[in-house]
Amino acid sequence: MTLTKRIIPCLDVKDGRVVKGLNFESIRDAGDPVKLAAKYSNEGADELVFLDITASGEQRKIIKELVNKVASVIDIPFTVGGGVNSLEDARNILLNGADKVGINTGAVKNPAIITDLMKLFGRQCIVVAIDAKRNYTIDDTKNIFTEDDRQFWFEVFVYGGREKTGIDVIQWAKNVESLGAGEILLTSIDKDGTKDGYDTLLTRNVVDSVSIPVIASGGCGKPDDMVDVFATSDVDAALAASIFHYGNLGVNGVKSYLKERGIPVRL
Amino acid sequence: MVRVAIFDYGAGNIFSLKNSLEKAGAIVDVITDLDGTDTYSGLLLPGVGNFDPAMNSIGLSKTEFREYVQDMPVLGICLGMEMFFETSEEGEKRGLDVMAGKVIILPPSMKVPHMGWNNLEIKRPGKILEGIRDGSWAYFVHSYRVKPESDGIITAESDYGVRVPAVVEEKNFYGTQFHPEKSGTAGKTMLENFLKECTR
Repeated sequence: MTLTKRIIPCLDVKDGRVVKGLNFESIRDAGDPVKLAAKYSNEGADELVFLDITASGEQRKIIKELVNKVASVIDIPFTVGGGVNSLEDARNILLNGADKVGINTGAVKNPAIITDLMKLFGRQCIVVAIDAKRNYTIDDTKNIFTEDDRQFWFEVFVYGGREKTGIDVIQWAKNVESLGAGEILLTSIDKDGTKDGYDTLLTRNVVDSVSIPVIASGGCGKPDDMVDVFATSDVDAALAASIFHYGNLGVNGVKSYLKERGIPVRL
Repeated sequence: MVRVAIFDYGAGNIFSLKNSLEKAGAIVDVITDLDGTDTYSGLLLPGVGNFDPAMNSIGLSKTEFREYVQDMPVLGICLGMEMFFETSEEGEKRGLDVMAGKVIILPPSMKVPHMGWNNLEIKRPGKILEGIRDGSWAYFVHSYRVKPESDGIITAESDYGVRVPAVVEEKNFYGTQFHPEKSGTAGKTMLENFLKECTR
């Protein structure tokens, strides 16, 4: 055997509750984060990701106690992101039980923080989250892709998908790797919440541009979407929310399904 | 109850390790120097940080470290295990040198860090591995691997394109390249096995 593909339930947390949105909007309640974390950990989740989805936009800090409670009930790796802008923010998260820190807007605003975090905590702790969206205004300095006869590039968005940056996703991915990121959490804003499947074009191209692990996120509506993203790219992990929050297979059921289709998973 | 210490390099997360040991019934102190003013039944060198800063924060020579530890069981996790060896490609400092060999970077043909769940292939019986089935899952996050002078101290390996020594044991020193505190039930058993050694 060798390294398995990781299946990662994501808890998007707002005001202490797990929520689920469509294209980063229209949010509905999905439960208590501590209970869900324990459930997913027991069901065989390979990791958990906890995102405070309003933290950056509203300048609100992560609810430390909640991170602490979640960390106490699980025995798998745990990434926490949302509103991380400083070494102090990252330290707070790690000291309260997270294993990795997710950083997105804070890294775009101040890329040097990635290197500072890496030096202090080690590369493996630093997950740079990249929110990507197609931009159809062609600019020759960007990496151009064609799909259904339309040309576009992938643009980095910040503040929970609300603000564009003009930064090319492929260039940014390479940049964060050289700055010291240990892993990339890649979310497709175009696909997020649609349940149409992962953005395989985006995922494959980011995976092929870097040598650090990449987690695919956004658009998963069924286990076949995971089969698809693992079949079309060398992505390391698939993150999903609604198929775990609202589905009836459970994490283990989803992983059994993947194993039957030849995806190496931990069961 | 068994009382153990986790050495804190000041770098990162020891929460989950402390939490797991406490769940297994230990009293856990987090310490920032090894000055011998307090005594413990076991010592843990945790997994997060960089080689040179971590060696600096321990601040003891090989002789001083051996004197401090004597026959107390020591569990080194990830970086903690790497620090048992003589040298590391991650830094310039000498390691604790309680095991002969060196620490080398993973080959560039594979994604680095090696991050995720991998199987343990059990090579020979060991105290930490008591009750652990061959093929059990463990959670790895590392960019370096150890290369002991003697393969005889390797009790379990993992396959990541190259052979990755996953568990080493020599005298009262135990090392895991993976994170037992993040490795579900198998990891829990290994921490309990270590605590059992501490009560002997």
